[in-house]
Amino acid sequence: MSMNRREFLQVLAVASAGGMALHSELALAEQAAAKMYELPRYGNVSLLHITDCHAQLLPIYFREPNVNLGFGDQFGKVPHLVGEALLRHFDLKPNTLDAHAFTYLNFDQAAQTYGKVGGFAHLATLVKRIKSSRPGALLLDGGDTWQGSGTALWTNAQDMVDACKALGVDIMTLHWEATYGEARVKEIEEKDFAGKIDIVAQNIKTTDFGDPVFKAYVIRNINGVPVAIIGQAFPYTPIANPRWQVPNWSYGIQEENMQKTVEEARAAGAQVVVVLSHNGMDVDLKMASRVRGIDAIMGGHTHDGVPAPVVVKNAGGQTLVTNAGSNGKFLGVLDFDVRNGKVADFRYKLLPVFARLLPANKEMQALVDKARAPHLSKLNEKLAVTEGLLFRRGNFNGTFDQLILDALIKVKDAEIAFSPGFRWGTSLLPGQPILMEHLLDQTAITYPWTTVTNMSGEMIKTVLEDVCDNLFNADPYYQQGGDMVRVGGLQYTCDPTARMGNRIQDMMLKGRPIDPKKTYKVAGWAPVSEEAKNAGEPVWEVVASYLRDLKTVRPVRLNLPTLKGVGRNPGMSA
Amino acid sequence: MNKQRRNVLKTCSGAALMSLLAAAGIIAPGIALAEWNKAAFDAKSMADTLKALGAGTPADSKDVQVTGPDIAENGAVVPVGVSSTLPNVTMVAILIEKNPNALAASFTLPEGTEANVQTRVKMGQTSNVYALVKSDGKFFMATKEIKVTLGGCGG
Repeated sequence: MSMNRREFLQVLAVASAGGMALHSELALAEQAAAKMYELPRYGNVSLLHITDCHAQLLPIYFREPNVNLGFGDQFGKVPHLVGEALLRHFDLKPNTLDAHAFTYLNFDQAAQTYGKVGGFAHLATLVKRIKSSRPGALLLDGGDTWQGSGTALWTNAQDMVDACKALGVDIMTLHWEATYGEARVKEIEEKDFAGKIDIVAQNIKTTDFGDPVFKAYVIRNINGVPVAIIGQAFPYTPIANPRWQVPNWSYGIQEENMQKTVEEARAAGAQVVVVLSHNGMDVDLKMASRVRGIDAIMGGHTHDGVPAPVVVKNAGGQTLVTNAGSNGKFLGVLDFDVRNGKVADFRYKLLPVFARLLPANKEMQALVDKARAPHLSKLNEKLAVTEGLLFRRGNFNGTFDQLILDALIKVKDAEIAFSPGFRWGTSLLPGQPILMEHLLDQTAITYPWTTVTNMSGEMIKTVLEDVCDNLFNADPYYQQGGDMVRVGGLQYTCDPTARMGNRIQDMMLKGRPIDPKKTYKVAGWAPVSEEAKNAGEPVWEVVASYLRDLKTVRPVRLNLPTLKGVGRNPGMSA
Repeated sequence: MNKQRRNVLKTCSGAALMSLLAAAGIIAPGIALAEWNKAAFDAKSMADTLKALGAGTPADSKDVQVTGPDIAENGAVVPVGVSSTLPNVTMVAILIEKNPNALAASFTLPEGTEANVQTRVKMGQTSNVYALVKSDGKFFMATKEIKVTLGGCGG
């Protein structure tokens, strides 16, 4: 179903007039839409922020999670709020455009009504509009930009590199970009980006002498105010992704070096210091409480669409922490009023990018179409039709992940399947065809190989405990920001509040307890070890063949762990 | 500058480099052989190691800093550093609680040396890493947990 903007607004009007309104607020949608993108200028320094678009050049659907748990100090705190708890916290009204943008509530129907989000041509229109009211504004890209689609993978990130240049990105930092290898990242930095886009990362050093690999920060003059943008790449890239792709680069959080870099930037005259971060929001919040002199950390990685900044107090004053969602769905706008050499006040808005409410920018659309043209026949292969909603995001499982698990078990004749807890991947509405492009949106990585391993019951528990600690360790600096590994075939109980080694309990397979000594056939994909290179065919081939046979995908039943110790957590709703 | 330094190291074999540095007076011959405490390196547990080092029960000190990653990128080569502002430090040691032999490194500091060492240690699993410092004849300690994970499954 494709409608232009005028048709869409007519439908909204007819729907509400005819009493078939989805929501009583629907009639207000047009006014709301017009107002939403009218953001009056504030102050004299503006920063626009995109992050984690995961190579989504076209508008897509993206369902926010209904499970995003926080425990201990993070219990019930931003970003660990979902659904109605999130609406209440940020004072958003239910059944509105905002409610649809920031929560999973009533997702299927609301997505039908309001349409797709993101898309670089629509984003370009919004960026232009906001920039025209804010002279000198910089566009920051938090990374995870070059990975997440078939075309990005096949063009070795070239489609995204060209699109970001056309969008007018000024400064970026990195995570998945590194999975194209050190040489490719440096090639893009030195050739494509030269004189246009700066890559910044204070926490990437050479493994031998600890020399910087990228600029730690840049200072740009905005309306006479020197503004430093410090880069913070994803600290655990060589752990969460293959070490062999970045053998000479060392990462880590590098808190002390961050403090030093802030002081260096201030000494060099910066009146505003902003960290462009790929830490993940919990890590950003902890860092903001410990490092002095940062005005704002504009973050990503954990894909949290956070409507308003968290203000964190620290020994040097206060630091704003923002997170701008994923998949091109949002544009963050941070305005500073800088007076007498320092930040006096601020305004922040995270604008959802509704494709129907923002006409496509023609030049960008042409660029996107040209990049996609050679690949269309592959991308458009119809594999099956889904009867239910397919999505990925959530702490423990998503319906698209369940489909991948089912495919691995069937095609690889395995007893148990594992699928990584990635947070990228778009959503499909009931009735939509599953095209090859959609499957690649869930699987397109540079190490896509499938594996079949004979694992002891003891090893299975070790793996689950290890990943669970990366998610639920009480100290954010020990978290890696992904979700729990998705598990097929095996049932288990999870107590996220327990210590590592005790979180995973009652592992069962077909009604019988897992025997620590017994060996089980486990299928998986995305192995990080170099020995597993080319282990089995890419996972999209396995899932594609499964889907072609299936033709129609019935609503998927999620295999979820039984949760303990969660109680009434505002980070979860059924 | 950096490229030059890298080239010197690449073109010099290890032995040649060592003799070059020795000839330049940067390292004194025989210095690496000083005071090998076999009992301490052979000890298994933290308690036995501390005993063999004659450290007894060291007091925790804020003036001892142990630095390292929160999560190791490679358990086989984990960069760990120890520094201290305590006076007259004569010895610095690094202990890994969960390693088969807890003592990973021991440094003897000549008088007047700044207490600031860096090395790489091997870790088989997540563990507390202890920095032990001997200052004015007394022992002090600091600790940091370093996680060793299986990897994968990231964001």
